[in-house]
Amino acid sequence: MRHDIILRIGAKLILPFILLFALYVHFHGEYGPGGGFQAGVISASVVILYALIFGVEPTKRAVPQGLVERLIPLGVLLYASVGLPAFFHGRNFLDYGVLGRDSASGHALGILLIETGVLITVASTMVAIFYAFADRGRT
Amino acid sequence: MEPLVNAVLLTLLAVVSIAIVRQRSLFGVVVLAGIYSFLMASVLIVLDAVDVAMTEASVGAGISTVILLATLHMTKSREYPQPRNVVLPLFVAVVVGGALVWGTLNLPPIGPPDTPIHMHTAPRYLSHSVKETHAPNVVTAVLADYRGYDTLGETTVIFTAGIGVMMLLKGRRRRHNRDEAADKT
Repeated sequence: MRHDIILRIGAKLILPFILLFALYVHFHGEYGPGGGFQAGVISASVVILYALIFGVEPTKRAVPQGLVERLIPLGVLLYASVGLPAFFHGRNFLDYGVLGRDSASGHALGILLIETGVLITVASTMVAIFYAFADRGRT
Repeated sequence: MEPLVNAVLLTLLAVVSIAIVRQRSLFGVVVLAGIYSFLMASVLIVLDAVDVAMTEASVGAGISTVILLATLHMTKSREYPQPRNVVLPLFVAVVVGGALVWGTLNLPPIGPPDTPIHMHTAPRYLSHSVKETHAPNVVTAVLADYRGYDTLGETTVIFTAGIGVMMLLKGRRRRHNRDEAADKT
């Protein structure tokens, strides 16, 4: 596949737009369908498509395997830590109301932050699983 | 219009399922499974579950197809035909399928707002979510805010699944290398 010029050029043209769409799905999740999970899967598919067309080694130079594997717990930690400030105000865990000036803007910020946590974990898990399979295939 | 779309999609789903069962080339099975996921995503769009449809299209048709292809790369791509007795599996399939269909007969119809699932918490979410969270999409408000604790659990599930797959695949390889080193000495 690495020598097919149509696939290479087509992928080069389409990849930025897929990534842009993932960001749109993420930041537009409060208004339309989508959210962190879908955005995470779509952005992981950008990396995987790149790896399918251009090979796994160049992809690992752009998106290092060690970084991806460290990002998996980071997303969960980000999500859980968003819930912590509520403790210091005597509220329930994951009560985002304390994050903003008023309750509603705190909730909006909280939703965005936890969706980002979901995005990080989902995207890095998908890429890490793909890398694990790709490594197995080579040996 | 909607019954026609439903009929076409469900017929295609049935055809693809039968084709998957009858297909012996595993490459064909993977491609058909991707087609199945896209059909399923279309069914979910008809049911107005756009978020789920998006997930089904990207995970079911996209990522899992790639991962199944990666698995095929490591194994043989033809299913070994096993001589087997079809009576018991057929019996189990018919009984389970019949029980599921029987169960759906008592479900309330899709759509009416006075069914039990729409009576308890849904009205409160619908009337308060924009005021309380500034999120016009109620699905996001419920998933990320009202049920934020559940979503934290789901994220942890994905984290655990990723760690599990990595341990399985990478751990095996390390042991394999160690065995090779032991063979050489």
